Order: sequence, then structure tokens, then C-alpha cells
Amino acid sequence: MELRKNLPEIFEDFAEGRRNAFLNVKKIKDQDKPVIGIFCTYFPQELAVAMDAAVVSLCATSDETIPAAEADLPKNLCPLIKSSYGFGKTDKCPFFYFSDLVVGETTCDGKKKMYEYMADFKPVHIMELPNCPTEAGVKMYRDEIIRMKEKLEEVFHVTITEDDIRRGIRVKNAERTALKNLYAIMKADPAPISGTDLLNTLVATTFNFEREKIPAQMEELIAKIKAEGKPLEKRPRILITGCPMGGATMKVVEAVEENGAVAVGFENCTGAKSMEENVDETNPDVYEALARKYINIGCSCMTPNDNRIKLLNSMIDEYNVDGVIDMELQACHTYAVETLRIKRFVNDEKKIPYMNLETDYSQSDVGQLKTRIAAFIEML
Amino acid sequence: MVPEKKYPEKKYHVGIDIGSTASKTVVMSGKKVLEHFVLPTGWNGRETARQIHQRLEEKGYAASMRCVATGYGRVCVDYADKIVTEITCHGKGGWALFEKDVTIIDVGGQDTKVIKVADGQVTDFLMNDKCAAGTGKFIEIMTDRLGASLEEMYQLAQEGEPLSISAMCTVFAESEVISHIGMGEKREDIAAGVIHSVASRVSSLASRFGISGDLALTGGLCDSPYFIQVLSERLERPVQTHPFARYAGALGAALTAERGSV
Repeated sequence: MELRKNLPEIFEDFAEGRRNAFLNVKKIKDQDKPVIGIFCTYFPQELAVAMDAAVVSLCATSDETIPAAEADLPKNLCPLIKSSYGFGKTDKCPFFYFSDLVVGETTCDGKKKMYEYMADFKPVHIMELPNCPTEAGVKMYRDEIIRMKEKLEEVFHVTITEDDIRRGIRVKNAERTALKNLYAIMKADPAPISGTDLLNTLVATTFNFEREKIPAQMEELIAKIKAEGKPLEKRPRILITGCPMGGATMKVVEAVEENGAVAVGFENCTGAKSMEENVDETNPDVYEALARKYINIGCSCMTPNDNRIKLLNSMIDEYNVDGVIDMELQACHTYAVETLRIKRFVNDEKKIPYMNLETDYSQSDVGQLKTRIAAFIEML
Repeated sequence: MVPEKKYPEKKYHVGIDIGSTASKTVVMSGKKVLEHFVLPTGWNGRETARQIHQRLEEKGYAASMRCVATGYGRVCVDYADKIVTEITCHGKGGWALFEKDVTIIDVGGQDTKVIKVADGQVTDFLMNDKCAAGTGKFIEIMTDRLGASLEEMYQLAQEGEPLSISAMCTVFAESEVISHIGMGEKREDIAAGVIHSVASRVSSLASRFGISGDLALTGGLCDSPYFIQVLSERLERPVQTHPFARYAGALGAALTAERGSV
């Protein structure tokens, strides 16, 4: 069953933007603008906006460079870590190449140990992320954000004032609000666009180096969808949660939509997880305001990870979700262990079906994924 | 408004389950099973599907049938009116056979599934990862290695004392079996070891799924009473089966065709 292609031309611009990102990052370098390469959503991008630096995401989503990474890293490691390391090591990723500084966080064990080797061929700064989203954690992360700011000042010979950071907060809040407004259109039933188009657009905006322009672009896109779009027919509504998505793992979203359902929400790093909450603009202590927002991101590297449950709870209700699919990348221990808690919550408290899928960046399991996903949708 | 689709009345409802190893067909009329047969899937699912169609034609079913295809090779049945996954079909077929809410364990030729069924509907399921351990494939490979047929294998196992086969990987387990052969161990004991190894993988999958209520086995391994006994011991509860359980997937497909939902 082919999902009816809805409004393809509207999304073209965004796909175009992503294709041109390579050229754009070069242009930025030619203008002598600093480029900061990041991995996780825990990096407060407000600091980059405050110093007019560009931010690029270095989390890779293709299996192309995994063999090269496996020369240094164990085979039984998460594909995102191997792929990202491999792109850096083989110099195949222009974003990595043009990054003046790479920022890693002590999120999962695999990543934080990988950064040690990455530092051999690239300047890497590690932010120490607390394990627990507590008051003590906020205090610790606040100090880390200040240390991060000082590192940026030192590396790039700039001064970042609190007013600069306040501007960064306003820009990033507006951007998050705009992206949130976009994905919130999926609350409509039937859904106005496919989840594939939504996720591709969200991923593409991470390659947009002019953050200030995102709100206007999103407004325009939403207006176009409302004016020109025809809603899809009514379909079972799936919420996807778990590990970061995009690139190779689009196979999961595609299998959902080819089998007659629609992915209405993404509770992961590319989706709602990092965007739902904004930074408090009224807090006089900008560092504390940042620390509070970022420490609340419901990643499974946090314990306990109640924020993920909280977000799932509201998304299941607001998006009128019929079933939850939890996507884990192979050897991602924290998400894999957390599947049981998510299953219990979704089955017992929300009373809807749940399924978890473990996959990697290869295409070798597409057949099996399709059978599982089709059976799950038949069950709804 | 799209007008509601009207389905023409068909005399026969056919379920075809193209598994990775065996292809099962069930022909029903009303609530009655008229015919069932199994063919080896071979190397070409399309060819098998064509053979099945030929047989259906010869028997005069093809002229007035509604057909649902399931199983690993379900897309090969180009004459099917609808395609449904084997998980849903095993659930429906199992419910019809056991006539109650039940957790179905289906040990297939290339994967193993645990399926919870309530009120005739699948409510939850778990499938093993892409790996031959704990599937029919494992038994097939070891049976070849022992130079036996499947029936002989089940018989041998019943008479043996299980030897330990501890490797998780089928390839390594095969070399373990070879080393048992090399040590001059009895075939019966090796065969019993093979059955125990599969039962152990299947029971750990079932335990991970969490079992409540009744348990039933479908799929090709139903033909081995010894496997059922070992699995029951490991799961510490009786595992039921049914003479028709091998056809549970095809039956579920035929029932789906019967309900006129295609």
C-alpha cells in the first residue's frame, strides 16, 4: 500500500536545503564564521547563537563508514556511535571536516568512550552531563555550561555576555516554538501530512544555519499545508519513541506508513524530546535557566527518566495515539533496558498496544521489520 | 464519499501460508475445512504458489474462491485477494483450534513468535531476532548433520540423554555437534541435545514475553511430542497442541477470507 504523496512540492524546499547544506557550511567557513559540531541535544545551542557560530549535528545515520569505525571500536556497539566516529575518522563528512570544535557530552557509555579516540584527530570538548535530573544535577550542569562558554571564548577569541546569551535564548525559543507548531499539526485526525514528510522536514531544519529564519519558514509551511493540503484518509495513529531517527532508520517510519498507518509523533531527539520545553526567559540567572531546560530532556541516559514518561503521557493523549512503537538501535543499552518501563506504562496505564523494535543502520532486516510492523498495525 | 465496497459471494475460502520451509494450504466452505495440504516451499515461492493454484484448480476450488495469503512468502501469491501477516493468522487460527484465550508459541522455519490472543484478536506478540537459534532451521541443520529425517530425529531424541549444546550461534552449535560426533557420542544423545537447545531458546523468548494463562504450540514442531514435553518442563506449565496446529497460519488466513473482510 503506497501512502498517497501529499503536497510533495512543499517539502521540496526542505530537501533542497539539506542537499545544499554541504555548500552552505563551506560558505560559512569562507565567511570566517565559527562552526561547532555537536552530537547530542544536551548542548545548549544558545551559546552558539550568542557568539554567531553555526552548529552542525554530527550524529550520523548511514552504515557507510561502520567498517572503518570497527577497526577501532567494538563490533557490538551502537551503529550511531560507530557511524559518527567512522565519518570523522575517514574524513567523509564535510560537517565534521569544517567543525572547528566538536562538543560531546557524557551521555551514554559508548559515546563518552568513543570521544576519547575522536580527540586524536579533532579538537573535542566534553561537557559532563549529570546522571540524574535533580537539583544537584542542575547545579552541576550550570557549572558545565559556564565552563563550555569559557571554552568557546578561549577557542574562538570572543566574549560571550549574558545579554548575548539572552538573545540566544530568544532565538532558540522561537525556533523550538515554530518546530513545535509544525509537528503539532499532526494532532489533527486524519493527519494532514505523512510522518515521513514531517520527520524529513525536522531533520532538514537541523542543517539550516540561519536559525533566526526558521520561525518564518515554519509559519509559511504550516500555512501552505492548511491552504493546499488534503488530509490523508483516516488511519491508525502511531507514536514512535526511542533512539534518534533519520537516514537509515527512516525504514521504520516507511514500514509504518506503507502498511496503512501514519506516524503522528516522534518522541525522540529529532522530534519532540528536545523541543517540547523552552528556556525560561524570566530567570535572571541565564546559566541556571539553560541548565534547567536541558537537564529535563528525557533521554534514557538519565535516571530516573520520568521526563520521558511525562512527555509520552501527554503525547499519547494529545495526538490520539492508537499504538506506540519503541525503536532501539542495536546495543543501545540504556534505551533497551528502558523498554520494559515504557511497555508497562503504555500497556498498563495508557491501555494501548506497544511494540519495541531493535534495528541498526543496515537494510538487512527490512523484511522482518515489515512483518512485525504490519502485524502490529493489524492488531490495532 | 467512497461507496462501501461490496464483495461478491464466494463458495470457497482459501488460506495459503508460504513458510520459509513448508507451504500450507487450507480450503474452507462456511465453517468446514474441506481440504488441507502441505508442500515444501523449495527455492522459489512463486513457483510454490503456482503449484498450489494448480492444485486448487484441479479440485475445482479456484473458480469460486476468496484467498488470503500469509507467511514469509505471502507476497509470492499474486492471486491472493489479501495479504495478512503470519502473526495475525497464527493468532486467529490458534484461537479457532484451541477455542479460548491463549498464548501461542509458533516455532517456524526461520523465526519463532509468541502471540497472545484474546477474543480471537492478537493483543501482543514478540518475535525472535533475526537468528536461527531457537527456530526450525536449527533443527533442520542439525538433522542434516546427523544424517536423519525429521521423524527419525524426533524418535532418536526421545530415546537419548541430552548432551549439552551451549553455543548461542547455530554455526558454532553445528561445530559442537560435529565434535560430539567426533567423540563417538550416541546419535540419540546428540538429537536430544538439539531438541533441548531449541526448547531452551524458545522458553527464554516466551519468558521474556511473560506468559499468563494457557499455552499452545503451533508450527512444524507440533509433530514432536518430545519437544512439547521438554518445552512444558522448561516453562513449568503444560504446553498444548492440536493435530491441526501445523496449519494454524493457513487456517487463520482461510478464516480471514471467510469473514468477508477482503
